Amino acid sequence: MMKRAGIRSGNGVTAMLLLPTTLWFLLLLVMPLVVILVFSFGERAPAGGYQAAFTFEQYLNLPARLKAFTNTLTLAPLGTLICVLMAYPLAYYLAVRAGERVKVMLLVLVIVPFWTSFLIRTYAWIYILGGRGIPQLLELVGIEDVRLINTPTAVLIGIVYGYLPLMIFPIYVSLEKLDKRLLEASGDLGASPWRTFLQVTLPLSAPGLVTGSLLVFILLMGEYLIPALLGGGKVFFVGNALVDLFLQSRNWPYGSAVAIGLVAIMMVAIAIYLAMVGRQQARDDVSLV
Amino acid sequence: MRLYAAAIYLFLYGPIALIVVFSFNAGRHAASFECCGTSWYGRTFNNQFLLEALYTSLLVAGTTAILATIMGTMAALALQRVRGPLRVVYDAMTYIAIIIPGIVIGIATLVALVTAFDAINPLLAALWPGGAKAAPQLGLGYASVIAAHTLFTMALVIVIVRARIQGMDRSLIEASADLYATPWRTFRQVTLPQIFPAVMAGFLLSFTFSFDDFIIAFFVAGSKTTLPIYIFSSIRRGITPETNVIATLVLGVSLTLLISAQLLMRRRAGAAGSN
Repeated sequence: MMKRAGIRSGNGVTAMLLLPTTLWFLLLLVMPLVVILVFSFGERAPAGGYQAAFTFEQYLNLPARLKAFTNTLTLAPLGTLICVLMAYPLAYYLAVRAGERVKVMLLVLVIVPFWTSFLIRTYAWIYILGGRGIPQLLELVGIEDVRLINTPTAVLIGIVYGYLPLMIFPIYVSLEKLDKRLLEASGDLGASPWRTFLQVTLPLSAPGLVTGSLLVFILLMGEYLIPALLGGGKVFFVGNALVDLFLQSRNWPYGSAVAIGLVAIMMVAIAIYLAMVGRQQARDDVSLV
Repeated sequence: MRLYAAAIYLFLYGPIALIVVFSFNAGRHAASFECCGTSWYGRTFNNQFLLEALYTSLLVAGTTAILATIMGTMAALALQRVRGPLRVVYDAMTYIAIIIPGIVIGIATLVALVTAFDAINPLLAALWPGGAKAAPQLGLGYASVIAAHTLFTMALVIVIVRARIQGMDRSLIEASADLYATPWRTFRQVTLPQIFPAVMAGFLLSFTFSFDDFIIAFFVAGSKTTLPIYIFSSIRRGITPETNVIATLVLGVSLTLLISAQLLMRRRAGAAGSN
């Protein structure tokens, strides 16, 4: 009897501890997502906002914003790939080559930009890519009429600049865990450095690569600031379309359909990616239980 | 290899350095740079709108960080005792809250809150004892930004603290219970010291996220202006040297916070080591 009472009071404590989180999940996650799901099947009220209806019209209209989707779906994976290619050598250097004492400082230097304002770091590139920045420097050496700001290149540079630290860190962590003796063993067995890299280092750092690229890709899918500041209305993402639909034209039902579309595409892309890299690795990496 | 590392660090820090240098512009326009003066700093400190935005951001980020840390830690502690389908539901919620893009959270919260307020406000007006005019009107503002920021940061704290709990030595908790410590005392003297670094990390991450967030606040802040919203709109209005000054100050503040956090952790680690 005593024991049962003990368990019951324990359950009471657990429920109390979970209460605020439960409230938050219901009111600020489930309810809002259900609301936009419902709205996405509705109609736009004449004055903007939502009018009850059941129609697939909004979804059928999605191709009207096709450009935003294709931009996002080309630049987000491309940006992620460039981040991987740029981050890997540095992570490798930090984990395998750098001396113990400089390493800590170099690592902190990777983290610092991540902790400083994303908006301000992106803003700096308006200067650098703008008319008085790199294009002016190029003119000095005879290359004229280069336009960088408001081009896909500018957005890509902004993406790489913003998300590189986030990619370096997970790759570094997985390379750091790698047993250095394996590299020596591979060398002793006559493998060339390149072969050692391909057959030992790269496979063992795969979890870090997967985590890093998922992290960056997920954040890029919902990106708004970089295209808004460096794409100048010419290169826009789904995020920019959403701001336009909700804050300017107040077309809530269509905006909801675009948002649902974005989340759906994102989930499919992540699923495809995880299937591609192999379920086993993904399971090791994601499972926290 | 070394050269490559140097190039990457130049890439990471060059633009930041540029902003800092440009903030000491003595000229009147952002487009031309005249070395060097602090006149724009004086103007910036007298900008009432900016100070108000800063105040809003500090208030929102502080409240968010406290709420998220407490609620997230509570949930992480509770979840280790939850098994079965209920656990799966909470895990799924936590990851969904993290994965759904901020912009989607922003618009969904905006639409849901506005719809809910539209339904509740007439009701409040009708039922209010002091008459319809005296009834409070629910609207977007501090509370909605804090609530929306807390969703994401709370999920983050849950993940961070739970990872730490899993690495914890459980026999200590059992030993404490065997020695007749109350659960509260066990929590204070055994569990909390062990998970403290994770709780602290969660707090700092939550504060930084909330202080830095533009897109969620942009949707749900109503008439309130946070610092990122202020900076964004001043960039849109046309860049002035003042924008560079604000940027430099923000960089300075976050650097100071980061360094003091590092020192604090190191000192704690040192104190723990000497005991």
